[in-house]
Amino acid sequence: MRRTKISKRENGNKSAYLFLSPYLILFFIFIIIPMIIAILLSFTNFNTIQFPEFKGFLNYINLITQDEIFMQYVLPNTVLYALIVGPGGYILAFLLAYALSQLSKIPRTILALIFYSPSMTGGVAMTVLWKIIFSGDQTGYLNSLLMKLGIITEPVIWLTDARYLLPIMIVVALWSSMGVGFLAMLAGILNGDESIYEAAAIDGVTNRFQEMIYITIPTMKPQMLFGAVMAIVGTFQNGLIGVQLSGSNPTPHYAGQLIVNHIEDYGFIRYEMGYAAAVSVVLLGIVWIFSTLSKRLFAEKD
Amino acid sequence: MAMYKGSSINPKKFEKGQIKIIIAVLPLALFMLLPIIFIFCHAFKPLDELFAFPPKFFVTRPTLDNFEKLFKASQSSGIPISRYVFNSLIVTFTVVLSSIVLSTMAGFALSKLRFKGKYVLMEVNNMALMFVPVAVMIPRYLTINTLGMTDNYLAHILPLISMPVSLFLVKQFIDQVPDTLIDAAYMDGAGDFKVYRSIILPLIRPAIATSAILAFQQVWVNVESSNLYINDEGMRTLAFYMNTLANANNAVAGQGVAAAASLIMFIPNLILFIILQKSVMNTMAHSGIK
Repeated sequence: MRRTKISKRENGNKSAYLFLSPYLILFFIFIIIPMIIAILLSFTNFNTIQFPEFKGFLNYINLITQDEIFMQYVLPNTVLYALIVGPGGYILAFLLAYALSQLSKIPRTILALIFYSPSMTGGVAMTVLWKIIFSGDQTGYLNSLLMKLGIITEPVIWLTDARYLLPIMIVVALWSSMGVGFLAMLAGILNGDESIYEAAAIDGVTNRFQEMIYITIPTMKPQMLFGAVMAIVGTFQNGLIGVQLSGSNPTPHYAGQLIVNHIEDYGFIRYEMGYAAAVSVVLLGIVWIFSTLSKRLFAEKD
Repeated sequence: MAMYKGSSINPKKFEKGQIKIIIAVLPLALFMLLPIIFIFCHAFKPLDELFAFPPKFFVTRPTLDNFEKLFKASQSSGIPISRYVFNSLIVTFTVVLSSIVLSTMAGFALSKLRFKGKYVLMEVNNMALMFVPVAVMIPRYLTINTLGMTDNYLAHILPLISMPVSLFLVKQFIDQVPDTLIDAAYMDGAGDFKVYRSIILPLIRPAIATSAILAFQQVWVNVESSNLYINDEGMRTLAFYMNTLANANNAVAGQGVAAAASLIMFIPNLILFIILQKSVMNTMAHSGIK
């Protein structure tokens, strides 16, 4: 650790807290305290009117043993969705960043803008767009196209058909997944030292793939980790799109029901806040596990 | 076989070899781009083109009808659209500005000042990077209720100001500011605040731009606060209004209006990013988690 004159300054102490306190106060009220409340509520039965009643691990036990919808639909949907959109989107973002880094400035900037722009809307504002494209009658754009090509003969009701909802959600989520993490990885590769690449070629790296595995990724591990964390958060944060696309919670036959929708269903539709809080804690746990795994993967070895 | 020369990262000029790469990413670029082109076209389609069968992708006779209808729809609902715009502007402006001020102040302390608990706080903030706001929507709702902020601008504003990602990026960027520069200022008798204002702030403009854009993206399209914490229609934001329009209009005629609404939400984001993209890339170069 670097110690300089500044860090030895005596009065740094008091004013440091002054500089930090506005951020920290809001950080605690809206991030830390809600997390603590979620954990506390998850051990209670709370209908928002009466005072929470302590129930121990009952909510968690019910979640695992009684909640058929959770076990049968929500969990498998979430796992499938998260595995494709999370790692899939992440690998895609890295490969695109790698490809773009080998272009000169103008085409690179234009392409980066194209890939990044869907993520700017966070998916929400663009739901209407996908609703129009996947509209269920013969005037729908996808239906019309597929019928012209002779692939289908009858219009498909894409967004309320249990078979198609989840795949469509995955496509939409991937479409908007090239966010901050993608930009970070692109910047990380561009910042790499060019002489390492030349030296590696002399030392026997013979193709792009080797170069990517042995040079590019190791030199930008910190950015890879930042990108991974952003991918995980984005994946779960985007979980509401199923309800937005199909227009109902629960989604038709629970086909697009993800863990986030389950929380909303129990919390704001059934007002079983204690149970919903338990589901929230499970979600936070899942995110934490994924992030920890990525840290293991990309930790800098000292 | 020719000897492998190693790929050149960030080449200075355009070469033939780059065409291969462009061709390889082109299908994906089209997949990303087409929906955006589509929403542009759709928003400007006149009624007969919206109803056209088979449906048309591109607009042939662009009009502003849909935008006009959008503004009329709000007049008939009792609350003028200007009210939503006003709410959104106030909320967005306040969140972006306070987010910048708070992140840079906290980033300065975490990067350059010495105090107890510094490394713990940094760890906590790094953990908070993986915070998923939707997971705690219920406790947040309870917190805001308890604080009595329902139906208040503060309910839109306060929950969004502290952004762990923003603080993280700003702090990483301040780490790059040479300590000698700051030492010299202290020698000249400057206080911490003076150093923050006249040395740190001018040197970290790219990080400020990035933090602004991240805050803007969060707050501008945020519908959660209007949905959950606000019951008074006149206190809700443009994003919320556009979202209800987009969801209510399932008929083909309404699609044009919905597309126009989406476009209005999307354009400011796009313009802001195009203006600030150089600063954003500059900041992202220091984004690694170690």
